[in-house]
Amino acid sequence: MTTAVTPSASDALAGTAASEDTPTPGRSPRGRRRRTTLTRASAIGLGVAMLWFSLLVLIPLVAVVVQASSGGWAGYAEALTSPQTLAALELTVGHAVLVTLVDVVMGTAIAWVLVRDSFVGKRVLEVVIDVPFALPTIVAGLVLLSLYGAGSPLGLHWANTSHAVTLAFLFVTLPFVVRTVQPVLMEIEPEVEEAAASLGASRFTVFRLVILPSLAPAITSGAALAFARAISEYGSLVLLSGNLPYSTEVASVRILSFIEGDQLTAASAVASVLLLVALVVIVGLEVVSRRVARHG
Amino acid sequence: MSIRISDVNKSFGDFAALSDIDLDLPSGQLTALLGPSGGGKSTLLRIIAGLEVGDTGTVEIEGVDATRLPARKRNVGFVFQHYAAFRHMSVADNVGFGLKIRKRPKAEIKARTAEMLELVHLSQFADRLPAQLSGGQRQRMALARALAIEPTVLLLDEPFGALDAKVRKELRDWLRRLHDEVHVTTVFVTHDQEEALEVADRIVVINHGRVEQEGTPDELYDAPASEFVMGFLGPVTTLQGHLVRPHDLELESHPFPETVEGRVARLTRVGFEVRVEVDVAGERAPVLVTLTRAESAHKGLTEGSAVWVRPVPGASRVAVTDPARTAAEPDLSTGSGEPLVAPLA
Repeated sequence: MTTAVTPSASDALAGTAASEDTPTPGRSPRGRRRRTTLTRASAIGLGVAMLWFSLLVLIPLVAVVVQASSGGWAGYAEALTSPQTLAALELTVGHAVLVTLVDVVMGTAIAWVLVRDSFVGKRVLEVVIDVPFALPTIVAGLVLLSLYGAGSPLGLHWANTSHAVTLAFLFVTLPFVVRTVQPVLMEIEPEVEEAAASLGASRFTVFRLVILPSLAPAITSGAALAFARAISEYGSLVLLSGNLPYSTEVASVRILSFIEGDQLTAASAVASVLLLVALVVIVGLEVVSRRVARHG
Repeated sequence: MSIRISDVNKSFGDFAALSDIDLDLPSGQLTALLGPSGGGKSTLLRIIAGLEVGDTGTVEIEGVDATRLPARKRNVGFVFQHYAAFRHMSVADNVGFGLKIRKRPKAEIKARTAEMLELVHLSQFADRLPAQLSGGQRQRMALARALAIEPTVLLLDEPFGALDAKVRKELRDWLRRLHDEVHVTTVFVTHDQEEALEVADRIVVINHGRVEQEGTPDELYDAPASEFVMGFLGPVTTLQGHLVRPHDLELESHPFPETVEGRVARLTRVGFEVRVEVDVAGERAPVLVTLTRAESAHKGLTEGSAVWVRPVPGASRVAVTDPARTAAEPDLSTGSGEPLVAPLA
């Protein structure tokens, strides 16, 4: 096959190219002159949104940080360096990371099955996936307690062990990755995979280079949600984990016990650490997502 | 013979998509698979590509039995109607994808990609994402992507079907020129008879999962093997139990040999041509005759005037066997400017 370009085809195509140059986002002269697109109405909308967001999110967040710093650096450090608090933070963050990784794999797999396969009971599974969303967490805790606690019908006596924390985290975070990946997966046309196959890609390569990069943003946002949910989890694990210091006590339980001991500053200090960890993870996942989407 | 298809059958459930297909598609030529939607032509193309497997039969590509080869091992370039662009990759990465899979050196991929983008005139868009291109540009990108792997055969499934009439026409001309310089064996699927007649070296007409006729555009147009082929390739009208093309009918305002007499029911001027509908005794529908504007004026035709009609000597005619001819009509929205006239209501 030769690929030399003769003038004839070049000329023919030059016309085509010229006539199709219109859709070039970001080139509109308007966009250059005006820095915002705010009209009066949308300015009011933005104002309301910011006010609402501030009242509900920003002000409480600042309050936590202010409360945490009210004891000065010394008080802050003291609250955080207590071995019991460190152990609780380590347990929480460590398990949340682990569970998030499991969710990424399992959630993607479940979404795949739900989108690509048809089987008896698919509708039921669709609904069941959302149960952890809908179930009050304390009810989830009860379910876990009856399944894995003393007198477990499964023979798994995981009460008062760190398995309880893992289980509770897995239970409540299950839907996040599934529900973020599913719609994106539905939008990937089978033709795209066929195109990759006809270009020589094996099934695994198609997944790695074509599907995964398209799913990456959805997977990471699901993972971020799952992680944030995990580090803040309380209701579903308090019953089964036993809240044993140094062993099964998670950060949220630690915060509660600080508050019960009238140590509001220490509680806020722990809370601020959770806040920071969540921020770092969310930003980190965003970076990972962009990288995967860019480079495959 | 470049692509040899023997005894291919394919059913989807109860629906027979392809029945007993035997075809030899010559090397280096541009072949059109033409037919109505749902006729099986896309299925045949997908079987050649390995995206679909026939229930029976074999597919040989350049002498190699490809029947059991998966798509990725057939070295076939495939272009889809809706582009199938890799959305998260730049235009250049899309084009270089096949070479990346083949683990070619980076420098070679870069050079080859640049060459392909030059060929399809997208060099200045190399770093764009597909979403930032127009439909025509995206399809050219898909074509460059398919050609980059130096495919044994290039297969295009309704490649211009999603584009508007003007871009479609430009790309059609361009595909023809491209094929003249890159002599890769090419098969494209279309339901637009004008597209097939204009671009293809050979046309295979497929209907109801069977090959109705194959041959050069001239052979098919001048000597259609069936009512279906005749009706699908261009406008037809019925006269004395035969299908005949309206431009193959002579019409005079006085009697002359071997003619039938009729009365002008309607005169319609469409651009350069005048369509005359003639009521002829014994015909179930008016006979359609197309004349140039000058001819019409010269003959002084008016609605209601008596006329005499006959096919010109050597006109292609096909006997009507099925009174309620069920031929599917070519898509009239393709901008061909020559809509098919249903001869019978």
